[in-house]
Amino acid sequence: MSENSFDVIIIGSGPGGYVAAIRAAQLGLKTAIVEREHLGGICLNWGCIPTKALLRSAEILDHANHAKSYGLVLDGEMKPDVEAVVDRSRKVSGRLNGGVGMLMKKNKISVIWGEAKLTKPGEIKVSKPSKPAVEPQHPQPKNTLGEGTYSAKHIIVATGARPRALPGIEPDGELIWTYFEAMKPKALPKSLVVMGSGAIGIEFASFYRSMGVDVTVVELMDQIMPVEDAEVAKIARKALEKRGLNIMTGAKVSKVEKHKDAITAHVETADGKTEKIKADRLISAVGVQGNIENLGLEDLGVKTDRGCVVIDGYGRTNVDGLYAIGDVAGPPMLAHKAEHEGVICVEKIAGVEGVHPMNKDHVPGCTYCNPQVASVGLTEAQAKEAGYDIRVGRFNFSANGKAIALGEDNGLVKTIFDKKTGELLGAHMVGAEVTELIQGFVVAMGLETTEEELMHTVFPHPTLSEMMKESVLDAYGRVLNS
Amino acid sequence: MPIEILMPALSPTMEEGTLSKWTVKEGDQVNSGDVIAEIETDKATMEVEAVDEGVIGKILVDEGTEGVKVNAPIGLLLEDGEDESALDGYEPKGAEGASSADAGDDSSEDTDTSSSKDQSDTKASESKADTSSNSKSEAPTAGSDDDGERIKASPLARRMAKDAGLDLKALEGSGPKGRIVKRDIEEAKESGVGKSDDKAASKSDAPKSQPSKPVDENEPLAQYGISADRYEIKKADSITKVSAKRLSESFRDIPHFPLNVDCRLDALLKFRKEINAKTPEGVKVSVNDILIKASGLALKKVPQANASWIEDGRIAMHKHADVSVAVAIEGGLITPIIKDADQKGLSQISTEMKDLATRARDRKLKPEEYQGGTFSLSNLGMFGISSFASIINPPQGMILSVGAGEERPVITDGALAKATVMTVTLTCDHRVVDGANGARWLSAFKGFIEDPMTMLM
Repeated sequence: MSENSFDVIIIGSGPGGYVAAIRAAQLGLKTAIVEREHLGGICLNWGCIPTKALLRSAEILDHANHAKSYGLVLDGEMKPDVEAVVDRSRKVSGRLNGGVGMLMKKNKISVIWGEAKLTKPGEIKVSKPSKPAVEPQHPQPKNTLGEGTYSAKHIIVATGARPRALPGIEPDGELIWTYFEAMKPKALPKSLVVMGSGAIGIEFASFYRSMGVDVTVVELMDQIMPVEDAEVAKIARKALEKRGLNIMTGAKVSKVEKHKDAITAHVETADGKTEKIKADRLISAVGVQGNIENLGLEDLGVKTDRGCVVIDGYGRTNVDGLYAIGDVAGPPMLAHKAEHEGVICVEKIAGVEGVHPMNKDHVPGCTYCNPQVASVGLTEAQAKEAGYDIRVGRFNFSANGKAIALGEDNGLVKTIFDKKTGELLGAHMVGAEVTELIQGFVVAMGLETTEEELMHTVFPHPTLSEMMKESVLDAYGRVLNS
Repeated sequence: MPIEILMPALSPTMEEGTLSKWTVKEGDQVNSGDVIAEIETDKATMEVEAVDEGVIGKILVDEGTEGVKVNAPIGLLLEDGEDESALDGYEPKGAEGASSADAGDDSSEDTDTSSSKDQSDTKASESKADTSSNSKSEAPTAGSDDDGERIKASPLARRMAKDAGLDLKALEGSGPKGRIVKRDIEEAKESGVGKSDDKAASKSDAPKSQPSKPVDENEPLAQYGISADRYEIKKADSITKVSAKRLSESFRDIPHFPLNVDCRLDALLKFRKEINAKTPEGVKVSVNDILIKASGLALKKVPQANASWIEDGRIAMHKHADVSVAVAIEGGLITPIIKDADQKGLSQISTEMKDLATRARDRKLKPEEYQGGTFSLSNLGMFGISSFASIINPPQGMILSVGAGEERPVITDGALAKATVMTVTLTCDHRVVDGANGARWLSAFKGFIEDPMTMLM
């Protein structure tokens, strides 16, 4: 095998790509990964991780603002130093970015620096990136391979996604932001319109609100976080509104007027009126779309659908030897889904026995606004629509000792069971730390437990997790502390 | 398009049966409701009626064929205006799918029954809690096979298998380390693999305690030194096969023991005479009818003896005294049931028994008429047998074997005397009925027999 020839080449080093690369290397495959901008992809550099760093600053600020209710006196003013907040976020990102570089090295994965294009089945050409990287960029890893032609029996497209732009409201990097700009503000705007209330929109809305910014969220659907259970979304909305967020649902930004250092958003409200909202900045968070362009996919006849590569349960496209995973291969566009899709894809390539397609109903979703929202499986509405006869359990944070002790007594744990089989169909939570709790239900679903095993699982006291069990008990009319 | 005539299910548990007879032939005109064939299952023969009218176009399964799967096409019916050309190139669809769909229906019926107890999905209710606790204690059964060997299956898969009547043992798990998971059950439901009868079949083929050598078809007994020219081979019908399996399992697996007691019959014979003088025209109460009644009453008087062992380690305490009465029929034995024998009058028992026995001999009993008793009664008195011990009919806890009533010398008030005496033997499943409880039951039974007037109190 020549130096430019591999068993597997992965295009894109986001969480899907780099995890797939590590798994491939573990399985003894000669592996290369192509990256044009930043190891770790959006997730580590401009997504999941740096936003969590920002939101941590916001959380500490929120707590400080409530110090008094915990019997603490803050002598003096607690206020954000936005430059330092962003700097911390960049450093967190940088540390993980460097970590991915080390992981590649440790697993003897060749990193090819540049932009890849499929030239024919089993072959890519790597050239200089067609566009500059988003600044500030982390240092480029050392000892990378460069431009040239590379071949592999298996090529995995893991190019991720990018912010979707609405016509007429295209982000300009100045007044209309995407998450890139929203993640590194030089100064805090006084006011902000956030277009879209999915995870990205609502997290930024929550962050900026904590920072003291006047935030208006405009959501097209009639609930915020449209993929979440309606009941949970409603509780989250109330809590966010209590924090001073202005939320408009069933509303649409039809036009944005740009001023010198401000915008005016024309919002068509639910009752058919048009409201003009003046703000310093607008964040466009109306979803993401797959990066399927300039890869040579069309020339190879790769099937795509609504901006994503069409794959089977093992990441295989309609072209032999060509695979796709992660955001570019369709929703749910989540890092952990990409990671696991990558693992499944590579294991299938390596002929590992007992590999099964991912059950996308078991992919959890987490939103780190304050209060947090986390869920897995079907919402109540989806379960009903799917024809299940269901049992629903609910447990409120207000009846949980740990939640009260934390001063976080607003929230809900909701569980949905198939009445017939006892299968846990969905779990939906809103409240403090629920993003760390949801995995319990994910494991339960993955192991195919029924309500019985959950009811006979001993949850530690005092924890927030006790609410998970209580919610299950409630679904079967056996709730204890409510 | 010709209409497929499908193998009917005579009972919810029926998987296959023998197409014993066609009563029509190809070319016959039939109307809806006409009897067209006879089907034999474990215990009964049933008539198959035409569902549609038309002409029998083709018989697909010859009479005498065994093991015809439920819902398999057995014949084709030509509709009005169709002639035989409609049959050309007609391939009956394998009704596998239909069969498994049926099973699905059954299971959903089950759940419907249980979920009808359930109330709204969110509010607390006692019945909801009950439902889940029921299912809880059932879980272990599915968890291991008969040898106590652990079957790896997810809790959800176990419950789904149970609902669908699938045997986990027959399934291959696709989960980690061969764990049976939801998708395996869904696939099995589709393909019909692992239905509980598969298990039964494989079990009877190779009983675990006596691993059988492969049978030489032409010289099946050669290994025992009996050559084939010294006997004739007769086919066993399905009743015989099922009995062979059930009884072997019962005798092997149930810790059974017999209890004997002698009952004096003189008072009972007198009582019977008096009764029969007063019964309506055509009703003649037999001794056996009285024994049925006495059995039912004794079960009520000693309810701890009216019990069944549940394989997961619990005991079912029966609320009804449903007495199965062994009836010899051509080629086997069947046990029609007198339900709530304690509550029925003797003339009613007599009338019912007569009807059941007649229909049993004609193999016209419905499954519910011979399945589901809580206790059995077997009487060989008419053959002059003085005493014997029967094999327990699972899941029942006891079976009473009744010997002949005969004149025997007895000691009465210290003097030798003559009396009509019958020896009865109670075989008990020690897991549910121990010696003391068996003895209590026999004592109650004997009390009713020897002083029959107490049966009326």
